Amino acid sequence: MADLRVTIAGVEFANPLIAASGTFGFGREYNEFYPLSVLGGISCKGITIKERPGNPPPRVTETPGGMLNAVGLQNPGVDHFIREDLPWLSKQGTKIIANVAGNAPEDYCATVEKLNDTCVDMIELNISCPNVKQGGVQFGTTTEGVYGITSEVRKHCKKPLMVKLSPNVTDISEMAVAAESAGADAISMINTLTGMRIDIRTRRPIIRNNTGGMSGPALLPIALRMVWQASQKVKIPIVGLGGISTWQDAVEMLLAGATALQIGTVLFTDPYAPIKIAEGLSRYMDENGIKSLSELTGGVRPW
Amino acid sequence: MKYDSQLCKLVSARALTQDVYDFVLECPPLAALARPGQFAQIRLPGHTLRRPISICGIDKAAGTLRFVFQIRGEGTAELAQFQPGSQIEILAPLGNGFPVDPAKRTLLVGGGIGVPPMLGVAAELKDKAVAVLGFRSRDAVILEKDFQGVGAKTLIATDDGTYGHHGLVTDLCRDQEFDCVMACGPAPMLKAVKALADHRGVPCFVSLEERMACGIGACLGCAVALNKEDGTQYFGHVCKDGPVFDSHRVAW
Repeated sequence: MADLRVTIAGVEFANPLIAASGTFGFGREYNEFYPLSVLGGISCKGITIKERPGNPPPRVTETPGGMLNAVGLQNPGVDHFIREDLPWLSKQGTKIIANVAGNAPEDYCATVEKLNDTCVDMIELNISCPNVKQGGVQFGTTTEGVYGITSEVRKHCKKPLMVKLSPNVTDISEMAVAAESAGADAISMINTLTGMRIDIRTRRPIIRNNTGGMSGPALLPIALRMVWQASQKVKIPIVGLGGISTWQDAVEMLLAGATALQIGTVLFTDPYAPIKIAEGLSRYMDENGIKSLSELTGGVRPW
Repeated sequence: MKYDSQLCKLVSARALTQDVYDFVLECPPLAALARPGQFAQIRLPGHTLRRPISICGIDKAAGTLRFVFQIRGEGTAELAQFQPGSQIEILAPLGNGFPVDPAKRTLLVGGGIGVPPMLGVAAELKDKAVAVLGFRSRDAVILEKDFQGVGAKTLIATDDGTYGHHGLVTDLCRDQEFDCVMACGPAPMLKAVKALADHRGVPCFVSLEERMACGIGACLGCAVALNKEDGTQYFGHVCKDGPVFDSHRVAW
């Protein structure tokens, strides 16, 4: 049996499959399907210092090979998360990543400080939510912004710190370098690509926010390319996400340079996808005599 | 287990009108859990998002769920192509159903493709149900015999007067006696039905729809504005908080 364990910034995950933020809530709904311990970890719904109402509907629509969403960071706030969700989550036998968003550096720092003394295993800095004017993406699209917010949060953060990068930039590998040099322990990439659909009858955008973040299988080649490019520029581990739907996609993402993976939109197609991906990955490793996932990371043989 | 995603056999499939289809799926564990007013997320090959379809009928003895749906776009058009014997994966039963009380004479109001979920309620209420169903025209009328068959008093209205009452469902509702109202259909119809219920001083429950992704309350996609007790509003979610809401909770 292949060893699916991976370690990122000192945190050991039982397998490389982590539920992606925003697709999994705080885990309770998916616990109806399987024990959450089948997952290596859960990146929780993005949380902010105060409760946020989110955007008006419609918030989601399907696209060829994917979907758009503009939920707008609806969340109950960090205090509620610590009081109501974390005690239950921490008993589920999986690693907990708190995804943190905010308007201003002070918000991020205050939120992270509240999480320092909890059992959260890792912080994921959300500087790439495209669906709110002030949800962090303003920090995520320039190297100065990425460096500034990461180094500021680093000063306040006692937990391993992962920075989630936006693909809506000219060169994502520069953002990865900025995060690394500012003290990030890991990078997760990619967040959604900003997109749009229009109702030709009403001439209204289908998403009430006009634009939304695109996710799903259509993103995989873009995410692979970006992870591959970034992995050549940074030494810190990369958690790859963007369109992973099958175990073959997972192998590709590891070969491109990822150490672990996040699984998101495919959960809406098939809530059991993480289990199928883990089984496929394990079988592939056994059949190819691969003992550890680290043998796959960055193993692509470029022409 | 509250819900699960399972492969089910399509045991019968037929067209009720030009664009409305009637499917019966065999799924004993899910049928055993289902309540009228709940829905299923139906998986379509090649599509990222499932299609939320209301449950029209529950036969726990046969272990089947019935779905009557309308072709709205390419997804439902593809669903309509499935033939009996094929396998369809559904995630069900989802959301909260109607709070059926068999002791109460209940007015069931359905408009267009909002009619199917009301049949499951009528099947529990039998002769305690008064079903008032509205359609565009005669060739869009569905399920009339089904409502009659379960013992419901059944009244039909059409927009163009080609069948039943020429006019709105609310015209027919005004002459009825009832202790409670349950409705599904277009928003203007739901608002009019709520106004009537308020006028009579009886409770009113409405089934809403919204574009949806996960179907279970995790992604927060299907937002609906709801009233808090203090008068302020917040976004709840059709899939988990609904699809059936007390009409006073909805911020119309």
